[in-house]
Amino acid sequence: MSTQTTPERVLLQGSEACVRGALAAGCRFYAGYPITPATEIMELMSRMLPKAGGVFIQMEDEIASLGATIGASLGGMKAMTATSGPGFSLMQEHISFAAMAEVPCVIVNVMRGGPSTGLPTRPMQGDVMQARWGAHGDHPMLVVAPSSAYEFFDLTVKAFNLAERYRSPVIVLADEIVAHTRESVVLPPMEEIEIEDRPRPTVPPEWYSPYRDPGTGIPPMAAFGEGYRFHVTGLMHDINGYPTERQDETQELMMRLFNKISKDFHLLQWYDSYYDEGAEITVIAYGSVARSALKAVKMARDKGLPVSLVKLKMLWPFMRRTVMRYLESSRKVIVPEMNMGQLSREVKRVNQGKCEVLTLNKIDGEMITPSEILAKVEEALA
Amino acid sequence: MKQTPHLIHRYLRSSKRFPHVWCPGCGIGILLGALVRAIDEGGYSKDDIMLVSGIGCSGRLPVYLDFNTLHTTHGRALTFATGIKLAKPHLKVIVVMGDGDASSIGGNHLIHAARRNIDITTIIVNNQIYGMTGGQASPTTPFGLTTASSPYGHLEHPFDISKLVEAAGAVFVARSTVYHTKALDGLIGRALKKKGFSVVEVMSPCVTHFGKMTGMSSPVDMMRWQKDNAVPFEKAREMSTEELQNKIVTGVLVDIEKPTFHEEHARIWREVK
Repeated sequence: MSTQTTPERVLLQGSEACVRGALAAGCRFYAGYPITPATEIMELMSRMLPKAGGVFIQMEDEIASLGATIGASLGGMKAMTATSGPGFSLMQEHISFAAMAEVPCVIVNVMRGGPSTGLPTRPMQGDVMQARWGAHGDHPMLVVAPSSAYEFFDLTVKAFNLAERYRSPVIVLADEIVAHTRESVVLPPMEEIEIEDRPRPTVPPEWYSPYRDPGTGIPPMAAFGEGYRFHVTGLMHDINGYPTERQDETQELMMRLFNKISKDFHLLQWYDSYYDEGAEITVIAYGSVARSALKAVKMARDKGLPVSLVKLKMLWPFMRRTVMRYLESSRKVIVPEMNMGQLSREVKRVNQGKCEVLTLNKIDGEMITPSEILAKVEEALA
Repeated sequence: MKQTPHLIHRYLRSSKRFPHVWCPGCGIGILLGALVRAIDEGGYSKDDIMLVSGIGCSGRLPVYLDFNTLHTTHGRALTFATGIKLAKPHLKVIVVMGDGDASSIGGNHLIHAARRNIDITTIIVNNQIYGMTGGQASPTTPFGLTTASSPYGHLEHPFDISKLVEAAGAVFVARSTVYHTKALDGLIGRALKKKGFSVVEVMSPCVTHFGKMTGMSSPVDMMRWQKDNAVPFEKAREMSTEELQNKIVTGVLVDIEKPTFHEEHARIWREVK
């Protein structure tokens, strides 16, 4: 595990970078079930966690994996699981529980070709909407999307920070290309990595109400087994965690679940932009497609074409204010995706007729190439 | 029983709004009493008891008790409990589930927790029916019984939960009825002391649904049924299959030793350090 004090250049697979990020963030519990193309994360965890004093357990299925992850988090550990499409579908019930009971946890979904068993070893981006809306009931979601091994490291650290800060499940939505590509990564020294921990109660146990809003929208979280005896349930609950059907208590809890994240929308605009200067066309991309898009935009600029790229690193909550700026400044926007148009629906929703939104969709199990995006750019400028 | 007021004040949550959710004549209240007495008798600190439940009538049990309490999802209580036990090994983790909860939707988790020998005590409240949803057939509903979801008679054969967890590897398996309260207190106490995955299957009357469908319309009828039909394991060994029809075999079925998951994990820690 990384304890270095100077930047370290290493050759890492995306999955390996994810595991390093998790350990750097303080993850000490992993429960999982084998599934292509996310199995490498589990195998690395099984080797590295015991050495770090952590706990690895292979569960009987993905439902159990997230159940154990939530249990460990309630026991005070930073915990995660990783899976791919079919397993991610199974986890939805417990993602909903974690949202309701406000249990910090990180779920990595390495997207593969779907629907169903689909193309286990090939990339698609078919789970963008499932990541947002897959779990039952109305609640906000936090979803980040890495496009490189470095970002897989960085966004896994940040996913833990978000989970701890907001007491929420956080999904790292990677894809097969990002997880399996081996590339050179410069890891920051440990002391430069910002680590956040969940708010803990400062009152004695007899004064503790596990779901009382301290004013921030995020109640301090005690761990089970440390003298604070409290109740946690997936039922609608009052500030003591006890089941309630009262309208006022239901309304208060639901609004707090939404507001604790929406109050910070301005802090959750995570993106990189390239070649903004004088751009008439903007490409909006995420995940491995953003790599092809960057190459395409470079090629276009070499030809003197006025094109920029916005790479989204946070997918949900959707970065309305960032995307809006580009919709207002561009003549046309292109959204390339390895699905039939999931994030582009959000771009169109925010667009409200400001500019023309074009899509480039590919669902044959192969990556979108730079030349395909460049061709779309040239077509848009013609 | 004269200590009951003391136990109520010590172990029931004064901050929890009553009345409770269970029907008159339900056996879960008796189980709650037995659990409290076993914990008190065992001398455990309230801070060290972790009570986890799934969904259904039995899922509502933990909230009334002043321990660390967690009400999880349907069938998955053991998965949460596994995570908690590994994060906080000092906790005495107890899981309460119903028969549908434990052996239908949670059947996979039940057999794997037993196989893994995770140090958890599991209490399965078996009322042979889905009570909370209105009396549908469960995996322990007798063959042929008319229920809300088997109006022409149940076409399937019931699980023997105790034998199921024995086969899956549980190190302690016992069965009792809520009528045999003294025995139940003792069996829960023994299960709590056992290191590894221990199971107590508790036959519990659901007057509202199972009673109605079997012609036992009052709590007294159901208690009498438990009283008259319970047979100890030792005696059952000498009885024929025909004689055991509709009997409730009670007592300790399994009591063996095996390394627990946590002990093995601790060994890995020492070896890789």
